[in-house]
Amino acid sequence: MKTYDIVIVGGGPAGLAAAASAKKAGIDSILILERDKELGGILNQCIHNGFGLHTFKEELTGPEYAGRFIDVVKELGIEYLLNTMVMDISGDKIVTAMNRTDGMFQVQAKAVILAMGCRERSRGALNIPGYRPAGIFSAGTAQRLVNMEGYMPGREVVILGSGDIGLIMARRMTLEGAKVKVVAELMPYSGGLKRNIVQCLNDYGIPLKLSHTVVDIRGKERLEGITLAQVDEKGKPIPGTEEDYTCDTLLLSVGLIPENELSRGMGVEMDSVTSGPVVNESLETSIPGVFACGNVLHVHDLVDYVSEEAGRAGVNAAKFVKGELSEGGKDIPLIATSGARYTVPRHINVDKMDDLLTVRFRVGAVFKDSYISVYYNDERIMHRKKQVMAPGEMEEIILQKEKLAAYPDLQSITVKIESE
Amino acid sequence: MYDVCIIGGGVTGCAIARELSRYQVNACVIEKCEDVCCGTSKANSAIVHAGFDAAEGSLMAKMNVEGNRLMEQLSKDLDFPFRRNGSLVVCMNKEDLPGLQTLYERGVKNGVPELRILSREETLAMEPNLSDEVQGALYAPTGGIVCPFNLTIALAENANANGVEFRFDTEVTGIEKADGYYEIKTDKGTVETRCVVNAAGVYSDAIHNMVSENKIKITARRGDYCLLDRSVGDYVSHTVFPLPTKLGKGVLVSPTIHGNLIVGPTAIDIEDKEGTNTTKAGLDDLISKAGMTVKNLPIRQVITSFAGLRAHEDGHEFIIGEVADAEGFFDAAGIESPGLSSAPAIGIAVAGMLRDKLDLAEKEDFIATRKGILNPADLSIDERNELIRKQPAYGTIICRCESVTEGEILDAIHRPLGAKSLDGVKRRTRAGMGRCQAGFCSPRTMEILERELHMGMEEITKSGGASAIVTGRTKSQGQEG
Repeated sequence: MKTYDIVIVGGGPAGLAAAASAKKAGIDSILILERDKELGGILNQCIHNGFGLHTFKEELTGPEYAGRFIDVVKELGIEYLLNTMVMDISGDKIVTAMNRTDGMFQVQAKAVILAMGCRERSRGALNIPGYRPAGIFSAGTAQRLVNMEGYMPGREVVILGSGDIGLIMARRMTLEGAKVKVVAELMPYSGGLKRNIVQCLNDYGIPLKLSHTVVDIRGKERLEGITLAQVDEKGKPIPGTEEDYTCDTLLLSVGLIPENELSRGMGVEMDSVTSGPVVNESLETSIPGVFACGNVLHVHDLVDYVSEEAGRAGVNAAKFVKGELSEGGKDIPLIATSGARYTVPRHINVDKMDDLLTVRFRVGAVFKDSYISVYYNDERIMHRKKQVMAPGEMEEIILQKEKLAAYPDLQSITVKIESE
Repeated sequence: MYDVCIIGGGVTGCAIARELSRYQVNACVIEKCEDVCCGTSKANSAIVHAGFDAAEGSLMAKMNVEGNRLMEQLSKDLDFPFRRNGSLVVCMNKEDLPGLQTLYERGVKNGVPELRILSREETLAMEPNLSDEVQGALYAPTGGIVCPFNLTIALAENANANGVEFRFDTEVTGIEKADGYYEIKTDKGTVETRCVVNAAGVYSDAIHNMVSENKIKITARRGDYCLLDRSVGDYVSHTVFPLPTKLGKGVLVSPTIHGNLIVGPTAIDIEDKEGTNTTKAGLDDLISKAGMTVKNLPIRQVITSFAGLRAHEDGHEFIIGEVADAEGFFDAAGIESPGLSSAPAIGIAVAGMLRDKLDLAEKEDFIATRKGILNPADLSIDERNELIRKQPAYGTIICRCESVTEGEILDAIHRPLGAKSLDGVKRRTRAGMGRCQAGFCSPRTMEILERELHMGMEEITKSGGASAIVTGRTKSQGQEG
């Protein structure tokens, strides 16, 4: 069996950034396993621009952004296999994969970086009643058909869910000559970035109906229409508010689910809120030497943050391989509460952390003129006002090692949203 | 002129075709959809009932018990998945316990083997996730679960291998009696045949009434279902039925042969014989009913919901046999539950009637077995690598959720009566049937269909007819091409 210091599962933005930083941290024996026919992951179908403002201080398209990292990976001579599906990872880091030239094969890794990304929630998961005709697509599938294959999923479009892919596809379909009639969102706020609502809906006069959902789907062969209804605060449709739309296409942008079947298979502890692995300050999962980054860990809004996070995972995996990821020290739990839904990481070991540690989280509702507060035990040590916080935009706080180390008897760190 | 023309390519029609193909006969199946298994046969509980439910002495009881007995050998001969996971009818109220005894006695009279009544403790030991209210159960070890798609497809392929012709996308519009034969009018022209078999499911009343003055009425009885993710596929290991009570019939919770969990069905009589839409009321109803037998049902793990139509006959009995005022016209009508379980027996029964009617002789070269689509997951790593060396397509995963390879999809497309649509591929290979519900694999499966069947992308459908997936090229592509 071949052995690698680091095996990276997934050659999208997370996997590429992790590979580059691990290599730069002195690890030569790295293998990226990618299931698609090219590196770059989902960025390859994201042909709109707006990527890389943080990382490169310029606006790139998805393929251009991916291209920068692919170039680095190639320049660094990092080994990768395309069209290769990872079938299984064992708890002791034997990776079983398959492709058409090598067949089924196994490699032994010293460290594994999980970078499998996420998938879209489907119609079925929402249990929308009605018929099951052709013409219902997840927004990402439609994006692939339009941008990669050059085919139109349809001409008269309703979009359910205001996640970023749905918003981007509202604009894309409009530019391709389709009529996007409405974007409906179950929640009283959008799940997407503010800038996408402005640039993809408002600029094209596409209405966004908040607190609305699809309650019926018509059409026995091809989609013929849907019914929208307003929902109450519990998300239940309000009788009498139904409105029929004729359409041949329904795009769903109703959430992303980290693809953790492999992680679960190897026995990694999972976080029920993020649907990603529980990680520590080093982005290391409950299995030592197994790291996670990008959308497999928690769903991100901006690829820049994925790259940054994955870079850290790569460095830490390199440290693990070199035996520099010190043992010992105490794990301090991070608790998300009162409006904060989760944190990544979930616990930190002050001895092992960098001088500064970015903790990312999301809020569970829209908060206006509220404060992000951080408590060490019961003492509030951070209190930062924000005009608006929404579930669609990831938040962050920075923890300083120096301050944490100086705090006596630290038992827990709590992140919460406070009105004053 | 055909000897026999079977109207309907569901499990009943295909079972009859397969049994009939043992004889020297010129036969065809006429199916209005693009594939077999497109109606009731594709949307049901996928259960092989033990046979204790049907009324004593009924044709339903006889066919069910016999079909159940035949299913195991048939699954080996025709290589489709079937397993006897056992059924439990659970009783939730002490005062209803006599109902279990009644069911037990009916089952014994119907000839169901190995039936047993279990105590509350025995029941909970077998199914720890049952509701705490459970008082006891009837246990039928012969109850099973089957892949209804591959059962039907296997029967059709084997019939086809033995010479039965299949005419798809052909809808029967009328039947006329001629001198010693029938003229079947279709939207693709007239077919002449000495005998007709009516296996038209929810339309079997319309077909029957074309030739007979003794009218029958088939009502489409809709049943909504939810299918749950594999991660909770072992939430129960037996098929769990509630004991019918004065509050209603309840819904079953069962593992499927492919490792999902299925919950359903509701029962709503409807007018529209194509009305396979689920409703909010129906889905809510079945979720609440399932909660009466199983506690904390992980309903958030739903990956899809669907509805199927049972061909309910007013008398709730199978109508099988030659129609009194239409010589040579045979009904297999009113085949509602336990129709799937009964199919192997109905096939033998109707084929036997045709043999006697037409004085058919057995074929000497009847092919009794059929090989299904190879599932590489059943192979050892060495065998799998040998396969990939010979056919590299088996090294490419197309459907990630169900780990379906390109090799399997190619097999599904190119075998006799092969897949022509996304649903055709799905029913044969499970590509697209997993938790992402074809989000990832459908563009890739479309590319394979386009390449292998030399179709345009715009011609590729979800399930034939007007169910095209894409409506044309994008602007930029349109200009280039």
